[in-house]
Amino acid sequence: MSVSKKPIIWSLFAAGGTITAMLTPVLVLLIGIAVPMGWLNAETFGYIEMQSFLGNPLVRLIIFGIIFLSVWHSAHRMRITVHDFGLRADMIAAYIFYSIAAIATILLAVALL
Amino acid sequence: MKQANGTYIRPKKRFTWWLGSGNYFQYMMRELSSLFIGAFSLVMVWGLYRLSQGPAEYLLWLSNLWDNFLLFSLLCFIFATYHSITWFWVTPKAMPIQIGGKPLPGAVIIGAHIVAWLAVSVIVWCLAMGGMS
Repeated sequence: MSVSKKPIIWSLFAAGGTITAMLTPVLVLLIGIAVPMGWLNAETFGYIEMQSFLGNPLVRLIIFGIIFLSVWHSAHRMRITVHDFGLRADMIAAYIFYSIAAIATILLAVALL
Repeated sequence: MKQANGTYIRPKKRFTWWLGSGNYFQYMMRELSSLFIGAFSLVMVWGLYRLSQGPAEYLLWLSNLWDNFLLFSLLCFIFATYHSITWFWVTPKAMPIQIGGKPLPGAVIIGAHIVAWLAVSVIVWCLAMGGMS
């Protein structure tokens, strides 16, 4: 009997959905909104501060994992979403969205690992 | 729509089928949340990449994000929050829990996830406020 790879892929998809549900709102609030709204100092995200934050390899690995799962989860859902919006070109959609996710993964690896 | 001979033909609205009903519209807004979550993930990837290139590149990305993309960030926040609420809302169906043979009420599973979500959000916010270092 052959062993299906689907449970692994689906568990990654579910992990991505849970990670984005838990973290994306607060991350958007912190990174994109808090400083222009005046809730946080711009120095919070200063170059030196970010460098020392990412100095810990474990932190880099966790950030890599969070964004990796989020990117691939979104890419898969976008493939479904364009179908629901009436675009009937699944292979092209899959190719485009997974390519974007793959490029993002490479950039992320270059930046963090 | 009903034909003269009594048969029913489903109207074809390939691109606009979701505009007629509140439930379909909510479903599509949930679907659309992946666009904003994905886009913001790419923004973070690009920011980390710029950070790895040096201080000038990083600060350029940061000021661009804050000066020109506040509306985009607000939209991302709204859609991401919508994804969170709807994601936790279906956890009793996606992950039913039994304790001692009795199913745990859905409201408890949803409530626990919402509380965990708020706790995680507050912790992350406080960590950032305390300084990224």
